[in-house]
Amino acid sequence: MQRKILLGNEAIARGAYEAGCRVATAYPGTPSTEILEAMAAAYRGIKSQWSPNEKVALEVACGAAIAGARSLAAMKHVGLNVAADPLFTFSYTGVNAGLVIINADDPNAWSSQNEQDNRHYARAAKLPMIEPSDPAEAKEYTKYAFDLSEEYDRPVLVRITTRIAHSQGIVALDDPKDVPLKPFVRNPQKFVMLPSHARPRHIFIEEQLVKLKALSNASPLNRIEMGKTKRGIITNGVAYQYVKETCPEDSILRIGFIWPLPDDLIRTFADSVDELYVVEELDPFIEDYVRAMGYAPIGKKIIPLTFELTPEIVDKALNGTTYPTAPLYSGTIPPRPPALCKGCPHGFVFDVLKKLDVTVNGDIGCYTLAALPPYNAMHSQGCMGASISMHLGFEKAQGDEMARNSVAVIGDSTFIHSGITPLIDLVYNKGTGTVLILDNRVTAMTGHQENPVTGKTLMGEDTYEIKLEELCRAVGVKRVRVVDPKNTAEFEAVVREEVAAPEPSVIISLRKCILKK
Amino acid sequence: MTNVIFAGVGGQGVILASKILMQVAMNAGYDVKESEVHGMAQRGGSVDCNVRYGEKVYSPLIEKGTCDYLVVFEPLEATRKLEYLKPDGTLIVHTERVNPAPVQAGLAKYPDDIETWIAANITNRMVADFGPVLKAVGSQRALNIVMLGVLSNHLEFTPDQWIEAVKGTVKQNFVEMNVKAFTMGREFTIS
Ligand code: SF4
Repeated sequence: MQRKILLGNEAIARGAYEAGCRVATAYPGTPSTEILEAMAAAYRGIKSQWSPNEKVALEVACGAAIAGARSLAAMKHVGLNVAADPLFTFSYTGVNAGLVIINADDPNAWSSQNEQDNRHYARAAKLPMIEPSDPAEAKEYTKYAFDLSEEYDRPVLVRITTRIAHSQGIVALDDPKDVPLKPFVRNPQKFVMLPSHARPRHIFIEEQLVKLKALSNASPLNRIEMGKTKRGIITNGVAYQYVKETCPEDSILRIGFIWPLPDDLIRTFADSVDELYVVEELDPFIEDYVRAMGYAPIGKKIIPLTFELTPEIVDKALNGTTYPTAPLYSGTIPPRPPALCKGCPHGFVFDVLKKLDVTVNGDIGCYTLAALPPYNAMHSQGCMGASISMHLGFEKAQGDEMARNSVAVIGDSTFIHSGITPLIDLVYNKGTGTVLILDNRVTAMTGHQENPVTGKTLMGEDTYEIKLEELCRAVGVKRVRVVDPKNTAEFEAVVREEVAAPEPSVIISLRKCILKK
Repeated sequence: MTNVIFAGVGGQGVILASKILMQVAMNAGYDVKESEVHGMAQRGGSVDCNVRYGEKVYSPLIEKGTCDYLVVFEPLEATRKLEYLKPDGTLIVHTERVNPAPVQAGLAKYPDDIETWIAANITNRMVADFGPVLKAVGSQRALNIVMLGVLSNHLEFTPDQWIEAVKGTVKQNFVEMNVKAFTMGREFTIS
């Protein structure tokens, strides 16, 4: 058997390939991006695509699965918020061929705007969720998820975190399975969620959850590793590795089937140890559940709720151990925050915005770094596309004076992702603000991916290149200007004019990212 | 168990260096795990890779105070990572500075005493400017492989095992340059 060192995300792509996956979709987002990149690079037989956003990505994958092809959608944790609408209702329809949703959480918010714990989605959407603890398991679990999906007629969530996605390990490779395309059989009671169809499907889902709980109790993904009975630790994901490393003598219940949780197994384990602990990153998801079963585990009392865990945090909390280190440098160490590249087109834009001292409603991308020194020129930012809608909100709250002294700033890919509807709102609801679309011809922050304005697909094919100028005019913006921000004087003049104009305007700041090939 | 951290600034190639080390270790029959940094930090921020190999590796992260070899491509980043190094661990540093944004903007000062501090406080060290080596190799981008060559003197693998891993990991048209970089790093001594 061939063994290869793979990144967790590459291992997931490999698992999908071995499982006979035919369609894969995603919107780039750290820490999940490399899954689809690996898919498109290594497994050319899978139809892989960047979708404009995660909702569309999941819907395409749902469509493909219902039409009969094993399919996968991958996204970061906040991407699943965008895709939550299809998630909850395709839980009702179920699947035809297997549907696997890879969800990558980002504890510590390394590259994200929050560190939400998406295990809650499994419970809320009543879907099975499984969670690997290293790249080798990431491959196996992804592969298994397709079978699980078909057997129980459920979309399956595979949860990973940054330390699984972006860690490498040795993975055993198997040959791909030959899974034939299934026919699509029309069945409106299952695939059209009218209220009268949804109600019986809800009963079905609850029945499946009962069966899945039995499966979780018997699943090898959940396992007891019995050691000394004084202390028993329930743990999941990468935290399992830290526990194995730092508490080699203790008994462990490793949870890989995160939802539904295995009640019987938890009971067996809890009853066979003197003291019960739960070591998990972020929320007390397992801990609260175990507590509701009538046990009193020690968890968040000693394990932090915030940021990611590390071996030293677990070692200190459970064993009181810290290791002596080499001497530590005693001087002041200046920080090295990420910054815009030298010569980045966004730099020219923010030089001007800083000079004009306008209020900037920002968005998600490299340009968010303009909120930091030396620019300090971004004043709001929350989620994909919110720059434009918040900009309208600022105007609604503060009136014309605010609109004449502010701009919304959004990148090309973010605009396509979630900026078009807010722009329609701005026009429809009579806003007069100015939107700057920073068109650098690439989705830069996540590592330079193609998107609908670049004229290329993920698979490297030529495709229609959306013209932002035409798009903005089509929704009713009459003032649309295209400027190269490196022509600073012209750029400044255009910003002044458009911000002063008492009607909606869009400035397309057009200059290629210097790292785009 | 052997624990190695490669640290530097986004763009210096810490991931490739760790990939080659992983490959060498796997080829020699060890279990191996690694943890790396993608995304926002890669825009010129501090980055590091943890590599661990041994009979069986659980955690992809190295616990503070247990790193055997800390290989750092920029002096400031060395000061940041010392808490991971064990008391008698080995520190390898390339001394060319890369000013962080706050220093460039005049908001912070780059400390002047890092090298003298290391000389006074860290026993096992190889602190040098590898600039001349890079010149001889003919590529500024080969720093990661030169540093790997320096590290290789401390590890158990043979030169042939290393060269095989380099060849199997880097892009085809850069094999020759990288093998040269590795060899010059391995043969480097402070004159
Ligand atoms: S990657 Fe491109 S867009 Fe991002 S900071 Fe660098 S030059 Fe700017």
